[in-house]
Amino acid sequence: MAKKRTEPDRPIQMRHPIIAEGHTPATVTDQISAVVLTKTPRWWYVGFAVAFSLVMVLFMALAQLFVKGVGIWGLNNPVNWGFAIINFVWWIGIGHAGTLISAILLLLRQNWRNSINRFAEAMTLFAVACAGLFPLIHMGRPWRFYYMLPIPNTFDLWPQFRSPLIWDVFAVTTYALVSALFWYVGLIPDLATLRDRAKNKFAQHAYGILAAGWRGSSRHWHNYEVASMLLAGLATPLVVSVHTVVSFDFAASQLPGWHATIFPPYFVAGAVFAGFAMVITLAVPLRALFGLNDFITLRHLQNMAKVMLATGMVVSYGYAIEIFMAWYSGNGFEQFMITNRIGGPYKYAWFALILCNVLSIQLLWFKRVRKSVPMLFVVAMFVNVGMWLERFVIIVTSLHRDFLPSSWDMYSGTRWDWATYVGTIGLFLALMFLFIRFLPMISIFEMRMILPEADEVKEGKK
Amino acid sequence: MKDDTTMDGSLPEEATVESTSIEQVRAQLRKATGPRYWRSLEELASTERFQNLLEREFPSLLPIDGLSKAPVERRRFLQLMGASLALAGLNGCTIQPDERIVPYVKQPEQLIPGKPLYFASAHALVGGYARGILVESHMGRPTKIEGNPDHPASGGTSDLFTQASILDLYDPDRAQTPQNLTRIRSWGAFGDEMEAQLAAQQPLGGSGIRFLTESTTSPTLARQMREFLARFPQARWDRYDGAHRNGLREGTRAAFGRRAEFYFDLSRADVVLTLDSDFLTQGPAALVYARAFADRRRVVDDGTSMNRMYCVESSPTATSTTADHRMNLKPQQVDAFALHVARALGVPGPAPSVDLPEAAIKLADEVAHDLTQARGRCVVTCGDQTSADLQVLVHAMNEQLGNLGTTVQLIDPVEVDPQDQAASLTLLVEEMRRGDVDLLIMLGGNPVFTAPGELRFRQAMEKVETRVHLSQSFDETSEYCQWHLPESHYLESWSDVRAFDGTTSITQPLISPLYDTHNVHEFMELIAGDPQPDGHDIVRATWQATTDRDWRRSLHDGVVADTKSAAIAATVSPAAVTQAATNLSRVRSGLTLELRPDTTVYDGRFANNGWLQECPKPLTKLTWDNAALMSPRTAEALGVENFDNVSIKRGTTEVTLPAWILPGHGEDSITLNVGYGRTKTGSVGKGAGFNVNPLATADLSWRIHDVQVTAAGGSHPLACTQDHHSMEGRDIIRSGSLDAYQKNPLHFAHHGHHVDINASLNPGFAYDGLKWGLTIDLTACNGCNACVMACQSENNIPVVGKDQVMRGRELHWIRIDRYFEGDLDQPDMVQQPVICMHCEQAPCEIVCPVSATVHSDEGLNDMVYNRCVGTRYCSNNCPYKVRRFNYYQYADNNTETLKMQRNPDVTVRHRGVMEKCSYCVQRINHARIEAKKDDLPLGDGTVTTACQQACPSQAIAFGDLNDPQAKVAKWQASPLNYGLLEELGTRPRTTYLTRVKNENANLTAGGDHGQEAH
Repeated sequence: MAKKRTEPDRPIQMRHPIIAEGHTPATVTDQISAVVLTKTPRWWYVGFAVAFSLVMVLFMALAQLFVKGVGIWGLNNPVNWGFAIINFVWWIGIGHAGTLISAILLLLRQNWRNSINRFAEAMTLFAVACAGLFPLIHMGRPWRFYYMLPIPNTFDLWPQFRSPLIWDVFAVTTYALVSALFWYVGLIPDLATLRDRAKNKFAQHAYGILAAGWRGSSRHWHNYEVASMLLAGLATPLVVSVHTVVSFDFAASQLPGWHATIFPPYFVAGAVFAGFAMVITLAVPLRALFGLNDFITLRHLQNMAKVMLATGMVVSYGYAIEIFMAWYSGNGFEQFMITNRIGGPYKYAWFALILCNVLSIQLLWFKRVRKSVPMLFVVAMFVNVGMWLERFVIIVTSLHRDFLPSSWDMYSGTRWDWATYVGTIGLFLALMFLFIRFLPMISIFEMRMILPEADEVKEGKK
Repeated sequence: MKDDTTMDGSLPEEATVESTSIEQVRAQLRKATGPRYWRSLEELASTERFQNLLEREFPSLLPIDGLSKAPVERRRFLQLMGASLALAGLNGCTIQPDERIVPYVKQPEQLIPGKPLYFASAHALVGGYARGILVESHMGRPTKIEGNPDHPASGGTSDLFTQASILDLYDPDRAQTPQNLTRIRSWGAFGDEMEAQLAAQQPLGGSGIRFLTESTTSPTLARQMREFLARFPQARWDRYDGAHRNGLREGTRAAFGRRAEFYFDLSRADVVLTLDSDFLTQGPAALVYARAFADRRRVVDDGTSMNRMYCVESSPTATSTTADHRMNLKPQQVDAFALHVARALGVPGPAPSVDLPEAAIKLADEVAHDLTQARGRCVVTCGDQTSADLQVLVHAMNEQLGNLGTTVQLIDPVEVDPQDQAASLTLLVEEMRRGDVDLLIMLGGNPVFTAPGELRFRQAMEKVETRVHLSQSFDETSEYCQWHLPESHYLESWSDVRAFDGTTSITQPLISPLYDTHNVHEFMELIAGDPQPDGHDIVRATWQATTDRDWRRSLHDGVVADTKSAAIAATVSPAAVTQAATNLSRVRSGLTLELRPDTTVYDGRFANNGWLQECPKPLTKLTWDNAALMSPRTAEALGVENFDNVSIKRGTTEVTLPAWILPGHGEDSITLNVGYGRTKTGSVGKGAGFNVNPLATADLSWRIHDVQVTAAGGSHPLACTQDHHSMEGRDIIRSGSLDAYQKNPLHFAHHGHHVDINASLNPGFAYDGLKWGLTIDLTACNGCNACVMACQSENNIPVVGKDQVMRGRELHWIRIDRYFEGDLDQPDMVQQPVICMHCEQAPCEIVCPVSATVHSDEGLNDMVYNRCVGTRYCSNNCPYKVRRFNYYQYADNNTETLKMQRNPDVTVRHRGVMEKCSYCVQRINHARIEAKKDDLPLGDGTVTTACQQACPSQAIAFGDLNDPQAKVAKWQASPLNYGLLEELGTRPRTTYLTRVKNENANLTAGGDHGQEAH
C-alpha cells in the first residue's frame, strides 16, 4: 500500500494526472473524510455566517413579498417578468453542469469526472433548489401554487397542458427528483465510510442511518453499479430536456426576441456553459482551502475550461444567429427588437453580455490561460455574470418594447429584487457550506477507483 | 398617494409615538377607516388615555380654557366620530329617500335584490348647465351614471366628469357636519346665527350682505335669490366660476348688444372652423356636438360625404385630433388668423398686424373659400377660454356667412342673471377690502383657490366679518371662513337645472344624504328662516303650476316637457366688430401663458376624485399632475426637457412647475392647466400638481401676457401612461383621405396589407349562437376619456396612485393611445382606444398554465379571477398589452363608502390576479337572462358595453357578429375595417374602422390628393 508506482508508463500519465502521484486508497480516504471528520476550521464559520446572513436577507425579502405582493419588485405592464424569471433560468442553467458531469460523463466513462462529480451534483441540487423557489414566489398568488399540479379535484379542473409553464413544472420537478436521487445513491458508500470513521456517537448514528445499511458486500456493489447506471441513463436526457423546456417558456410565445427556434439548443449550451463556469468558481477556492489540489488537479480545470469554451462558442453562435434571423426574416418587429437590443436603452447590458460570454472566453483558446488557475477563475466569473445578463437581455429587452409603442416602458430591479437574488446566492452558498462540512465533497470510493491500484486489480482479474 | 394601505399596497408606517396621548389617539383614528372606527374607539375607550381624552372633549367636564388648548383635536375627533356613526348606519345599504321618486325604466313593486333600478336626474357642471342622466341604483345605492337618451344635452351619452361624479358622493373625505371655527355645530346653531346676522342687516336693507356663487341655471335658486334680494334690496349676488366662460358671455353681449346664448346645429354644418376651441369635449353642449359632428362623418354607414373641420389653435385640444386640417400657431397668430379669415369673408376690420406664416395665410384663404361655399351650412367657433373680442369676431363671421338662425341658434340666456364675472368679482373684492361687506355667503365654489392671484381674494375676504361657505368638502375657502356648511351631493338632493338649449330637468335624489348635509336650496331656505328645510317642497314650490301628473312625468323622463328656449333673432353690431378687430390686432410680444381648465380635475373640484386624477389627460397622457405644456421649440429655447422645472413669473408672482413637451403646441406660449396644487383637500388629491391660479389676472383673461419664463433647475417626476409618441412606422392606426376611399374603397384600408387572417387548415370553432364583436370608428373618436371613466365605474377598477402609474401599473381596461406623426412642429395627432381584442387565436389563452383565461362559446376571452395564480405569462404574450395585473391589493376593501359604489355584478379583484376588458360580460349575461325570460332573441342594441354607452361620438359598435343586421357586423364587413396587428394571426374580435379625413384637395401636399390609407 506504500508508494510503489511512480513510472509514467500509462498513456493517461502523458497528460496532467487526474489524481496526484503517490496516493493510495488509504490516503485518499483519509484526506477526503478528514475534511468532514476533523475540527471545523475557523474560516468555515466566517463563510457560513456570511452565507447564512444572506439567507436571512432572502427570508426578509420573501416575508415582504408575501405580505405585500409582487408589486415590491420592479415589474410593470409590458415587463411582466423580471428578476424572478431571470434568476430562475440562471440557477437552473447552473445546475446543468452537475448532471452533465455525473450522468453523461459517467456513461462516457470519463474517469476524470470522479473527483468533481460529487460537489457538482450537490451544486446542481442546490441550484435547482434556488431555481425552484422563483417560479413559486413570482406568482401573484403563490398560495395557489397547487393549481399548477395535476391533482384530481372535484371541479375536474386540470392544469392547462398547452402552457409551457406546465411543462416547466414537470421538467423541473423531475429534474430535482432525479438529481436528488442520483446524488444520494452516489453518497451511500461514502456515508458508510464516514459512519465507520466517525468518532462522535451522533455522527455515527446519523451517517449510519443515511448509509442505509451499506456493508460493502459485492452484492451491494453490484446493486449500486446497476442503480447508478440506470439513474445516469435517466438523468442524461434531462440534461437536454430541462433547459429545452425552460427555453419553451420563451420560444412558445409570440414575442419578438423570444419566439425563436434556436432557443432550445442555445439554452442547453448556455446551461452547460454556465454550469461549468460555476463548477470552476466553486472548485478553485475549495481545492485551495482544503488542500485538495491532489484530487482536483489542473487536468480537471483544463477539461472544464475546454467544455466552457466549446459551449460558449455555441452560445456565441446563438447570438449571431439571432441577429441574422432578425434580418433574414424580414419581419419588422424582429428587426426592431435586435436594433433595440443592441442600440436601445439597454444596450449596455447587451455589450456587457457580449464581453462576458463571447469575448472573455476567447482567452481559453490559449493553453497558458487554461493552465492558470486565477485566470480560469476570472473567466468563470465573467461567464457567471454574462449568463445572468443573457437572461436579462432576453427577458427585459424583448418585453419592454414589443408591438405597440404605446405600451413601451422601462424596467429596473428594486432593492427587493436584488435582495431576493442575493438571498438565493446566500442560500446556495449556505447549503454548499453545510455540504462540504458534513458530507464528503469528493467521492471517496470513486477516487479510489481511479487510483493506479484499481487498474491493477481489474487487470489482475482479467 | 397618501393612503398607503389602499393605494400602493405598502403598509402604513407605524404611527410615531408622540409625547401627548391625544396625538396617539389622533394617529390611531387617522389610520382607521369605516367600521374600524368603532372598533378603534372601543379599544381606545377602555384605555386610560382615551378616558383622559373624553374628559377633555366634553366641556362640562373641563374648564373653558381647556378647550382652546386643543381645538383641532376636538374637531378632528368629533368629525371622525360623526363619520363612524354615519358609516355604521350605512352598513345596511338600505337608506331610501323619504320622498317619492319615480323609476325611469322599470317600475317594480319593490326593490328586488340583485336587480338595479334606473332613475332620471341631471348633472350640472360647466356653468351650471344640465346634462340628463340615468342613475343605476342597486338596493338604494347609486352605482353608475349613464346619459339620459331623452335629454337634449346627453342623448344617452355622458362625459368623464359625469361618469366620475358618482365617486364624489362616496368620497370618504367629504365634509360631514357644519363647523364653526373648526368646531362642530348643528345646522340649528347656524340658522340661529344667520337669523341674528340678518336681523342686524335688516335696517340696512342688507347692504353688508354679499352672495358669491358659481353660475347657475336653476329656476329654484333664481326664485330663492329673488326672494332674498327682495327682502334685502341692498344685498348683492356676485358670480364667479373657477372655469368661467367670461369671454364667451361678454363677447356675445358685446356682439349682439344684449344678453344672449347660442348653440350650434352641427348636423347641418358642412364646414367647421375652430379657433382655440375644444368644443367637442368641453362645454355644456359638448356631448351633442360630438355626436352630431361624428354623425356627419360616418363614412362607414352611408358615407359618401363628410363634413370638414379646420382647427387652428395654440394649445392643442382633443377636438383637433379629429380635424381634417389642423394647424398650431402662436396665440397672437390665432387671432391674426381669425382676422384674416374674417377679412376674406368680408367682415370689416383692420388688417392683422401680426405676421402669419405663409402656410397659415394659405390655410386662411382656403378656409374662407370653403366657408363661403358653404354659406348657411357652416360654423365658426372659438373656445370657451378665448377673449371676448375673438368671440365678437366669430359672431360676425357667422352672421356674414348666414349661419345665424341656421347652424347657429341664438336664445335668451339660460343662465340665471348672467353677469360679467370679471366686474362682479373685482367689485366684490374691492368692497371687501374697503370693509363694506359684513356677511359673505359663498355657495359652492372655492374662490380662495380659483380666484385670480392678482385680486388677492383671500386677503380681501379676511376683512369680512362673517364668512360662510357651503361646499361638499372642507377646502381652501372653508379654511378661511368662520362657518363651513357641508353641501349635499347632487345625487342626494332635489334641484332643477337647465340644459344649454333651455330644457329643464328636475334633479331627484337617489339616496338620502350620507351625512348631515344640505344642498343650496335647503341652505337658502334655512337662512330665510325655515329650520327644517325640505328640498322636495322647495323645488316643488318653484313648479307649483305643474300638476302632480306632469311633475311625475318630468321626474320619470328626466326633462320637463316644452321647456326648450325659443330662438331669438339678433344682429351683430358693426361697431363692436370694429372695436374687437382693433383689439385683436394689437401686437403683444414675449411668451404668452394660456390657462385652461384641467381636462380631468376641471377647476380643482375633482382634485380628490381618484378616477379623474388617474385618468390620462388627452394628448399629454399625464396623470396626477399638471405641467407647463410647451412646444419642442419653446422647450429648446428655454433649455428644458420633460420633468425640468420652469419658473413662471408675472410681476412678483412666481410659480414653479415641471415642463412637458407637447408636439403640436403653438410656439412662444405655454399652456397651464388650473385646478392642481390644492392645499386643502382630501387624502387623494393632496400634493398633486401645482397651483397656477396666482398667475391669473383680475380681468379673468385665460391668456396672460408679460410673463418671464426661465428654467428653474431641478425637476419633478410626472406620471405619464404613454412614454412613446411615435408609431415607429408600424401599421397601427390606419388613416387616409375620403377621395382615396371613394376611388377605391376595397383597396383603401388594406393597401399593402393583404393578409388573409382566416387562412388556416383548422376549420376553427363554429359559432352557432352568439358571436360577440366590437368595432371602434377611428374617424369618430376624439379621445375624450368618457369611455375610460365609464369602464372604471362599471367594472370596479381601482385607482393605483401616482407612484404605481409611474411604475407602469395603471389598471384601466381601456386606454386611449395617442401618437404623433409627421413634422415635429406641425404634427398630426391621432388617437386610438385599445381594449382587449378577444382574439380568436388568443396568445394569452394557450400560455396560461391554469386555464384562468379561456375562450367562451360566444367568442369572449374570459378571465376566471378565482383560477388565476398570477404568472403574468398571458400579459407577456399579449401583443396588445391590454392585460392589467394587480401587483398589490389595489382594490380598497376597507373604506365603507367606497364599497357602496361598487357594481355588485362585477368581481372586486384581489391582489395577484390578472384582469382585463370583459366586453362587460355582466351586461351580456343580464341581457341574456332578460331575453330568455321573454323568450326573445338578443336583438342588436340589447347589450351595450359601458364604453359604448358613454361614448359621446358613438364611435363604438358592439353586438353579435352572426347577426348580419347588427351594426357591428355591418361595420366589420366594411372595407374600412381592419384588425390591429392582424398580421400576427391573432384574429382580433375588436376591430377598427380606418380613420378617414376629408381633406381639402388644395391644401394636401403638392395638390397630390387621394392619399390612400397608411
